[in-house]
Amino acid sequence: MKSLWARVALIPVLVWAVATLSFFLLRAVPGGPFDRERAAASREVEAALKARYHWDEPLWRQYLRYLGNLLQGDLGPSLKYRNHSVNDLLVQTVPVSLSLGAMAFGVAMGLGIPLGTLAALGRHRWADQAAGLLTLVGVCIPVFVLGPFLILVLGLWLEWLPVALWGHWKNAVLPTLTLGLYFAARISRWMREGLQEVLKSPHVQAARAKGLSESRVILRHAVPVALLPVVSYTGPMLADLLTGSFVVENVFQIPGTGAFFINSFFSRDYTMMMGMVLFYSVLLQGLNLVSDLLLRWLDPRIRP
Amino acid sequence: MLAFALIVSLVGGSGCAPAERADLVLHNGPEPETIDPQILTGQADGRIASALFEGLTRFNPTNGSAMPGLASRWAISADGRTYTFVLRPGVCWSTGEPITADEVVWSWRRAVTPATAADYASQFFCVRNGRALVNGELRDPSLLGAEAVDAQTIRVHLENPTPFFLELVASRVFFPIPRHAVARWGDQWIRADPLPCSGPYQLERWRVNDRFRLRRNPRYWDAAQVTAERIDILSGDNPSTALNLFLKGEVDLISDRKIIPGELGPELAQRPEFHRFDYLGQDFIRFNTTRKPFHDARVRRAVAMALDRSRITTRITRLGERPSAAVTPAGTGGYQPPSGVSWDPAAARALLAEAGYPGGRGFPTVEYTFNVGSRLYEQTGVEIQSMLREHLGLRVELRPLEWKTYLAEMSALNYDFIRGSWVGDYDDPMTFLDCFLSDSGNNRTGWKDARYDRLLQRAAAEGDPDRRRGILREAERLLVEEAVPVTGLYSHVGLYAADPRKVGGIWPNRMDEHPFFSMRRIRP
Amino acid sequence: MNPDRSSPQRLAVHRFRKRRGAVVGLVFLLLATAISGVGPVILGVDPNQGGDSPFAPPDARHWMGTDIHGRDLLARVLVGTRISLMVGAVGAAVSLVIGVGWGLVSGWRGGRTDAWMMRLVDVLYALPTVVWVMLALTLFETRCVGWLSERWPASIPALRLGAMMISLGSVSWLTMARVVRAQVLSLRERPFILAAQSIGVSPSRLMLRHLLPNLAGVVIVYLTLTVPAVVLYESFLSFLGLGVRPPQASLGSLIADGASQLNPVRVRWWLLMFPAGLMALLLGALNGVGEGLRSAFEPRDGA
Repeated sequence: MKSLWARVALIPVLVWAVATLSFFLLRAVPGGPFDRERAAASREVEAALKARYHWDEPLWRQYLRYLGNLLQGDLGPSLKYRNHSVNDLLVQTVPVSLSLGAMAFGVAMGLGIPLGTLAALGRHRWADQAAGLLTLVGVCIPVFVLGPFLILVLGLWLEWLPVALWGHWKNAVLPTLTLGLYFAARISRWMREGLQEVLKSPHVQAARAKGLSESRVILRHAVPVALLPVVSYTGPMLADLLTGSFVVENVFQIPGTGAFFINSFFSRDYTMMMGMVLFYSVLLQGLNLVSDLLLRWLDPRIRP
Repeated sequence: MLAFALIVSLVGGSGCAPAERADLVLHNGPEPETIDPQILTGQADGRIASALFEGLTRFNPTNGSAMPGLASRWAISADGRTYTFVLRPGVCWSTGEPITADEVVWSWRRAVTPATAADYASQFFCVRNGRALVNGELRDPSLLGAEAVDAQTIRVHLENPTPFFLELVASRVFFPIPRHAVARWGDQWIRADPLPCSGPYQLERWRVNDRFRLRRNPRYWDAAQVTAERIDILSGDNPSTALNLFLKGEVDLISDRKIIPGELGPELAQRPEFHRFDYLGQDFIRFNTTRKPFHDARVRRAVAMALDRSRITTRITRLGERPSAAVTPAGTGGYQPPSGVSWDPAAARALLAEAGYPGGRGFPTVEYTFNVGSRLYEQTGVEIQSMLREHLGLRVELRPLEWKTYLAEMSALNYDFIRGSWVGDYDDPMTFLDCFLSDSGNNRTGWKDARYDRLLQRAAAEGDPDRRRGILREAERLLVEEAVPVTGLYSHVGLYAADPRKVGGIWPNRMDEHPFFSMRRIRP
Repeated sequence: MNPDRSSPQRLAVHRFRKRRGAVVGLVFLLLATAISGVGPVILGVDPNQGGDSPFAPPDARHWMGTDIHGRDLLARVLVGTRISLMVGAVGAAVSLVIGVGWGLVSGWRGGRTDAWMMRLVDVLYALPTVVWVMLALTLFETRCVGWLSERWPASIPALRLGAMMISLGSVSWLTMARVVRAQVLSLRERPFILAAQSIGVSPSRLMLRHLLPNLAGVVIVYLTLTVPAVVLYESFLSFLGLGVRPPQASLGSLIADGASQLNPVRVRWWLLMFPAGLMALLLGALNGVGEGLRSAFEPRDGA
């Protein structure tokens, strides 16, 4: 348990390191938040704008100011959306991405684990084929093709589901599928590989030798161990899902955070970009911690 | 794991309230950066602001000219340099406070104060002392040539007779803003709740990257014309999605060409719901005149001559754009631009040989830079590349850059030749031509010519419209036929989508202004 | 065949061949590489040459139809496949070099070095990869290209492609480093390593002769996962308009171009179907090979 606490204590250090690294890296890129197609009305107007965001200060001052505000939980004003602070934007958009990500996670797990398990047992030819198809669709077709394809078929031709927007549960079906399939494919692969391996292990052979029924052996002894690689993969995956996907949110016009990952870089909205990076890194650390805890709980070899 | 996922999804599922359909749903394109009329620059931003606020004049929805807004009438002095506006009796903010002449003048003074950081403060350059105030040469905003004669009357003194001044007054940066809200909320007054509005609608909700929900403003002076109780204005930047929503009937109006899929333009333009019109915008190429080989005007002219612009408009843009080698779109403010260099590959080759590159020999590999964001720019680049190879034997590399890098490289003159475009702020050639003044921040070619500057100065001071247009034409001829730091490609075509059986009160016009007061839902 | 008597290599080959998907995948990959390498020459069509028949559907002259500029899609798909395979291979190779090196040193030195190196990996993990790639590409474009073009103007297009492949590889090495480190940590305590150490084998020799061969299994398996990831990544960059330089083509950029064909108004199916189908087949084949290799090198499997 001690090492766990050490890791929790390390999170702020990590956040600081990530903040510092991304702060200076972003500033190295050409073009700034105040470069526009239309030149400002005058140098004075431009200077006033920069002064408002402390852009006229030396870089180290800006950095210290940023850290100081960060300590108070203030991520600063957005440099692009001039009537919003970064906190404000995150508060508005994070719940959307969280719920979409959680649903996609449910699809990924709900589809990936059973399919991977059935495929690993090798008794059902169809399961093997279904898992193969899932891999082909999920891993080999870019999301920016899969999404529009689902919209075209299910939304526009068959007219079963709305083509975009967010609010009603029906709106969530297509984006959840688009996002979930990709991860379901990966999970089913991990699960299949893991289970195939476990079924040959002495631990399972022993359980069989004790005369336990096959289904009991599989469900109680094999599957929990086979879940280990899945669980260790889950932390980063969930972090990716919960911070939103640029393509899915763009294609389905969903007001989540995913759009900001790309767009705030393109618009040099440094504060928003940093906000996203920090949000992502904290989430990632937290979820890695949770998945480690789960691993301890699942793995008989680590279990105290 | 599963249970955990379910719980999270239940807790987090309350992303947005299920939207009850508004009377009118518009798709507005990208999320506005701000809707503060003094600060905003984007077209999507401007549309929201014009739903909430109004100027002394407003745009006529049928042709984009100025018509009475908050001011019911005005008088113009004989020399065209003094305008006297009279406010409508009883005009007030949606929160009930009256809009006074004092407040209008105060708003304008605020706009020209550099600390406000209004990018469009340059629109005030035609008002006396406007330029000096914006440039910081004068510090006292009360020196601006605008005064409140009484509670109803505003008098404006202009530097020069300005034929398009009434249209300027209808534009966003001239909107009066609520002084009491600024006093209380400062720079972020636009987030005031409730927000005092002067336009046909008031703000009910603003959800980032989702929608603005607007409610009819019963205190709007022309509220009788406004029939939609509620309108939703969606934000999103994927054109295919916007089109899908429109085709499914979830969106009644797509108000921006950029969010109608460009590649489907020609097919869509055949349908009755899609409306095409000439528009105040131009695509062109800037040459870097500070760098070899384009420091030589002959080389620039040769390249401009070797471009078959109709190949771009018939193959790539395909929306009926007019090929044009000038900078000003034809018909801007009743003006006909010079034709620019004409397409003539043989003459281009001769010119190139004269410049020392016969048959393209010895010509260095040059890069054509463009911004990513629309496939059209890339496709145009591919055509330019192959035309210059075919006709002049030049080797051109394509250099796509993301938006901000593109802007930074263009301003730093770190390019060979580069895609450019300009959308006019008002219906007059000056809005295009003054980009290329020697000291203009929009020049970005390194080209400086005192003759050109003097011609534009003379045109500005000229009171006679015909003579003025003549001088402007002379200047543009110097720009696009002689010196050629820039050469036009084509004039833009505007496009909006609205089913005429469902949406009324909207007309195509070259300003692409579609005011909200006249827009209405047609009930079956 | 009695596996006990054969060498580990032959055993691995045997297990690989037992998997049908792996063999089919390998054959397909080799074929695709060969065809995309030789095909454009045999075809004799310039993939960047525009023609007078834009948007022509597939026919006898253009087997896969033409695009907006009237360019032959077959020629573009062929060179696109080549570039995509190259992007995948080079990207994976970069991730291999950095990842294996990093993991090896970190796992072998252990202690404080290990802790620091792994914390750095944690920090890099937390930076979203998209941002990192865009950042690297933008910096290369604006800070390096100007300098390079004064010296070697002719090589700029190749260098740009190289920069993209390297920056894609440079975000894909983190997991590799972790995997290798974990493996090294467990190998370090094995008797044969300890024995080698005790008889005074130099550390560099120890790494090269004893550690690396034992890492091959995990590394190869992980590598076959990295290649498709990098190829997909490039297609995402193309979707954003930042992939390979036009008029060059990759499968990803062709798909990104064709994705707009998924609309209800007018479908020019060939622009999407051919590149996307080929991409799916290629990645599927890579997957198959990966699984074959995994079972071939799996240390605990059966042996």
